[in-house]
Amino acid sequence: MNVKVLGPGCANCSATVALIEQVAKAKGLDVTIEKVEDLPSIMSYGVMATPGVVIDGSVVHAGGRPTQAKIEQLLGG
Amino acid sequence: MSTPSGVTSRTRRPVDPSWPWVGAATLAWIAAYRTILPFWNWAIYDALGLDPASHWGQAAHFFFYDTTKILLLLGGIVFLVAVLRSFMSVARTRALLGGKREGVGNVLAAGLGVVTPFCSCSAVPAFIGFVTAGVPLGVTLSFLIASPMVDVVAVTLLYGLFGWRIAALYVVSGLVLATLAGFFLGRLKLERHVEGFVYAMQVGSGLSVDADAAPTWRERFAGGLDEVRTVVGKIWPYLLVGIGVGAAIHGWVPESFFVRIASPDNVFAVPMAVLLGIPLYGNVAGILPLVGALQAKDIAMGTLLAFMMAVVALSLPEMILLRQVLKPRLIAVVIAVVGGGILFTGYLFNAILG
Repeated sequence: MNVKVLGPGCANCSATVALIEQVAKAKGLDVTIEKVEDLPSIMSYGVMATPGVVIDGSVVHAGGRPTQAKIEQLLGG
Repeated sequence: MSTPSGVTSRTRRPVDPSWPWVGAATLAWIAAYRTILPFWNWAIYDALGLDPASHWGQAAHFFFYDTTKILLLLGGIVFLVAVLRSFMSVARTRALLGGKREGVGNVLAAGLGVVTPFCSCSAVPAFIGFVTAGVPLGVTLSFLIASPMVDVVAVTLLYGLFGWRIAALYVVSGLVLATLAGFFLGRLKLERHVEGFVYAMQVGSGLSVDADAAPTWRERFAGGLDEVRTVVGKIWPYLLVGIGVGAAIHGWVPESFFVRIASPDNVFAVPMAVLLGIPLYGNVAGILPLVGALQAKDIAMGTLLAFMMAVVALSLPEMILLRQVLKPRLIAVVIAVVGGGILFTGYLFNAILG
């Protein structure tokens, strides 16, 4: 599974990356996490409120740090 | 994304199981809120035996009562607002503003700036999203000015320390200022001072359809709790220091000291307050209790409102972010118009309420 966290390096973005890593590890999932920080890429996903989360190419979350429950649900497994 | 098998489907149950918990928490909150004043009266004046007229009595009462009251208020209001805001999103706001003309659009944008869940760290992507969707520049600016100005923490603190009248006055004047400033900026035809790449940018379609499905109540409540933890976790040290110093002022500093510098008769009080407020960005929680203690010493209300607006609305970090999409001249004009509006608000309310 490929997970991208979109956001220009704000505190919430790093927190989101850390949370996803933590959930993926706890679930033993094979997840590659990418941070996407450049504006044209962020906008190309249509994310206007960061952090946004993209899983396998589709935007699944935008605007604020997702809760742990939400991440667990998004990652499935 | 396809739903993995075994995950419960979102069929609507009659009542979400988290409602009873929220109901119980609401009752507990109301009970606590009504108990704290008699409790601290008893604890400080009776149990500790401090004289209500003494320096120590006044300072201790101010510190403990205001700290508990403001923490309770923040918890309750931040939760409620976060749950309400979970019905809105920046993408939905953009859709509502697209195709709106200036005027009506500015009023709507200022209102949506308050109810949309938005962090000024997203100012740049939101700006690009709005402008490329055809939202006029002035309307976009009304949104970006209102959003930080009518800040939940700031309004809650104003309510807790100064009462609902001041809080309401602040919200209304913040909305009017954001509407008028955006409208005026729109009239100035400053589009050529937006960085050229903005209009050429390709904006994708955003959330995929099944991810955009409405969250359950349980998810909204969980999001609200998360927000309370984040906000209170971030500001409590400032709050304690602010109320601590405020308590000292409350107990010991003589009234005449502040009346001299902050009375309605001092013409320079409003600009001084605004200049003081700008570098204090993000420290509302530490600053406002100080002002609260000063206000008890008769500081002018217009000066207070102007100070508050300068702290939250003229934020250097946000201006630096917006520099990516706005040329320096446009940034300067935005600061001048908003700053001028804040000064005007300060003088206006000093004249009316002074």
